[in-house]
Amino acid sequence: MKRYSAFAVAREALTGHKGWERAWRKAQPKKRYDVVIVGAGGHGLATAYYLGKRFGITNVAIIEKGWLGGGNTGRNTTIIRSNYLQDPSAAIYEKARSLYETLSQDLNYNVMFSPRGVMMLAQTEHEVRGYLRTVHANALQGVKTRFITPAEVKKIVPIIRLDGPRYPVLGALWQDRGGTARHDAVAWGYARACSAMGMDIIQKCEVTGVRQEAGRVTGVQTTKGDIACDKLGIVVAGHSGVVANMAGFRLPIECVALQALVSEPIKPVMDCVVMANTVHGYMSQSDKGEMVIGGGADQFNNYSQRGSFHHVEETVRALIETFPMLSRLKMLRWWGGIVDMTGDRSPILSKTPLEGCFINCGWGTGGFKAIPGSGWGFAELMAKGHSPLTEEFSMWRFREGKFIDESVAAGVAH
Amino acid sequence: MLTLQCPHCGVHAEETELTGGGEAHLKRFGPGSDDDAFEGYLFLRENPKGVHFERWRHSYGCGKWFHAARCTVTMEVFGTYTAQTSKPPQDLLDRISEKRPGWRWRDLNEPA
Repeated sequence: MKRYSAFAVAREALTGHKGWERAWRKAQPKKRYDVVIVGAGGHGLATAYYLGKRFGITNVAIIEKGWLGGGNTGRNTTIIRSNYLQDPSAAIYEKARSLYETLSQDLNYNVMFSPRGVMMLAQTEHEVRGYLRTVHANALQGVKTRFITPAEVKKIVPIIRLDGPRYPVLGALWQDRGGTARHDAVAWGYARACSAMGMDIIQKCEVTGVRQEAGRVTGVQTTKGDIACDKLGIVVAGHSGVVANMAGFRLPIECVALQALVSEPIKPVMDCVVMANTVHGYMSQSDKGEMVIGGGADQFNNYSQRGSFHHVEETVRALIETFPMLSRLKMLRWWGGIVDMTGDRSPILSKTPLEGCFINCGWGTGGFKAIPGSGWGFAELMAKGHSPLTEEFSMWRFREGKFIDESVAAGVAH
Repeated sequence: MLTLQCPHCGVHAEETELTGGGEAHLKRFGPGSDDDAFEGYLFLRENPKGVHFERWRHSYGCGKWFHAARCTVTMEVFGTYTAQTSKPPQDLLDRISEKRPGWRWRDLNEPA
């Protein structure tokens, strides 16, 4: 792998840009790997990367039904924050956020991490109390957050309307180290680094079955033939239930559509992320100038990557009350993704009833921010059999009543 | 937009009039049941890519609960039926089999 640098740009400029390499190799599956990861999205690629980087396991294949980063990795609103309520969540999300800070240097790939600050508006008295509680919890967890007054909100976001009749702004939970990153670049950067370590990234290769012998995984059947492996990592988000079914176990997960949209590009008006959980809307401005808006999740099971129109209408209607200047903007693009929701709105990073098979899923509406931390912990779990980061996120926690209840703490808008 | 015909009042209700109630035909478990039964009843849900049976409530209409059979991939609605049953009607199951040969859901005779 040729390193990207200012020098490389200069060298290529002088030689007609003919020396750039593919970011990652095209690969055909070998007969056998030590580890097979199903799903080449952010979480799957990060898992593979840390397997190689931290544990020296590089005989790894990452197989993907569609194209790399084409699922929820390419469909989210790119928000990165770690202001969760429960300790296990704060640990993994804060690990992820801190890894994002140096990810561009680590991967030698610009993921455009922009710690521009994340503001979660408190628009009811209950939210004020809830966020004050979160600030105290975060202080104990070593996550830097602060509760700010409406005047401070207005100073940071001048386009906001504080005294709306239905949704007045009563304050906000502010995490100045949160922000956004370029979602595709995160997947591409990890893919390039994995490929450089000799791992095979195999796209357009659908898993059709999981092979097992005496309760232990032995490989996968795919549309490109059988692949044997010692360990299997299932990291497929919306299709977790489908693949788990092939492996012979059930998951406490249901899949629904979550939607987002962007406006036409405008001049810079807002240089942080604003989340309004009362109305299920969240917004930031992309480098291209589009207002990136995320909405609420549908109420019924769905695998179609299309959502209901009325949710978008509700989100936009409510956001316009808080941001009146948005009302004249046109919508440019609108899309949906299938999110895997658990009962407590926390992810599952766990061993499974099938020996040697591990699952990383249930990130629901908020997986992008967690990609580096999720990969870091899940790689450790796969390599060593346990990890302090993933310990509490077992798939058996529901049965044991050990929920990591973030549905109250974080609302629907992750 | 999803529209379902309410089997009680006959209205073709669109999504904003309805409230989703999750998986249909769950068997409830009470005190004395073991951990497996409680886990299944409380947390494990069918999450099929294809034919699904759900509970819905016509909240902003007649207010009654009913059942619907729907495809989670194409959004096709196979039919709706009364809530006062522990199983989908046979003619509906036949209709689904005609359109989706080989479809599978959990065994309706077994508890979830």
